[in-house]
Amino acid sequence: MQRHFVLRVTTKLLMPFILLFALYVQFHGDFGPGGGFQAGVIFGAGFILYALVYGIESARRVAPAGALRVLISAGLLLYIGVGYAGLALGASFLDYNVLSAPAPKGQHLGIFLVELGVGVTVAATMVTVFFNFAGRGRD
Amino acid sequence: MDALGLYNYWIVIVLMMTGFYVVVSRGNLVKKIVGLNIFQTSMFILYISMGKVAGGTAPILAEGFETYSNPLPHVLILTAIVVGVATTALGLALVVRINEAYGTVEEDEIQLQDQEA
Amino acid sequence: MLLSFLAVIAIGILRLRNLFAVVMLSGIYSLLSAGLFVALDAVDVAFTEAAVGGGIATFLMLGTLALTTDREKLPEGRLQIIPLLIVVATGALLIYGTLDMPGYGDPTAPIHQHVAPRYLADAERETSVPNVVTAILASYRSFDTMGELAVIFTAGIGVMLLLGGARKRRGGPSGGPSGGPSGGPSGDASE
Repeated sequence: MQRHFVLRVTTKLLMPFILLFALYVQFHGDFGPGGGFQAGVIFGAGFILYALVYGIESARRVAPAGALRVLISAGLLLYIGVGYAGLALGASFLDYNVLSAPAPKGQHLGIFLVELGVGVTVAATMVTVFFNFAGRGRD
Repeated sequence: MDALGLYNYWIVIVLMMTGFYVVVSRGNLVKKIVGLNIFQTSMFILYISMGKVAGGTAPILAEGFETYSNPLPHVLILTAIVVGVATTALGLALVVRINEAYGTVEEDEIQLQDQEA
Repeated sequence: MLLSFLAVIAIGILRLRNLFAVVMLSGIYSLLSAGLFVALDAVDVAFTEAAVGGGIATFLMLGTLALTTDREKLPEGRLQIIPLLIVVATGALLIYGTLDMPGYGDPTAPIHQHVAPRYLADAERETSVPNVVTAILASYRSFDTMGELAVIFTAGIGVMLLLGGARKRRGGPSGGPSGGPSGGPSGDASE
């Protein structure tokens, strides 16, 4: 799809908005519809669009396999880490109330971090799966 | 209870059974996975239909709304969709590997090759 | 109604032999069900379904077709009557089961009496998050979500293991496998 001029230009125009929208869904998920799962798949889909139009090679330069591998684990570790943070501060696993002083604030912080972990893992997994499928065809 | 009140569930069952039929009757592994996806989506619709409250709105608390639909099924299905695509990817990866090993994705031909071996 | 469209598309998927069309139809099916989720007040779910079903899942299936084949071979001479009977019987039983279910949108249904009212009443005070779906997902049912995330993680690792490694040489030339089914009809009488 390297030669389709319209596709290339449109993709380039849309890319920032798709990624920005994913970030909006991620960080505004507390107030509107959205959250880590949705943001992760939107981010992944946007990235896949880029890779489809501009080729796997240029997409791989943006997200090398090693970095993706680290991100997949980092998201899950962040989630579990938030759980252990509650444990370390003297409450139960995944109890957010102790993370920050006035009562609902800790909950908000915990939800934010946990959703971030979800988003990172989901996005990285989707992109990794895509690369593995798309990279299989060529040797 | 009127018949229309159960219409959603009936369509869900029709979809579910269509997916099930695709899975059991077709030998092509890719089509089997599509069938599983239909089955899965019908399940999602079942849950979300149960969570709907007549006259309700999306469960995002705001001024001026009293009735909200049940948020619990939404949470369950939200995670289930993403897990579903991850497991679908795993299934498709297996299909790709099977194709590399046997040169076909038709169930009968794979069994035939196994028996010959 | 959208639901009827879904049923039509599902039948189309069942009938079509060209897998490329099947995959495209399943993408449309996902998008339609995303629209349905909006109508059923599940905006978060609709978001996810649209991005996953319309985008990622469809692409993955197309990728698989590119790596395998896009034609479905239907085994001739094999009657599909037994699966059909099983499916019809199961469906009839399930429909019999729905007769006891509360009607669609009934606010007095048991599902709306259990924990949901508590979540709706207390979520904003306890978590300061007005989107109840997010509050339940990340706070009340945090363990649950952690498990789901672990499943996604594991599936990602699994795909990497299956497809990431060096590609082995194919079992035979592409002409080989298509020569196999010539002995197919007799082999069908196996077990």
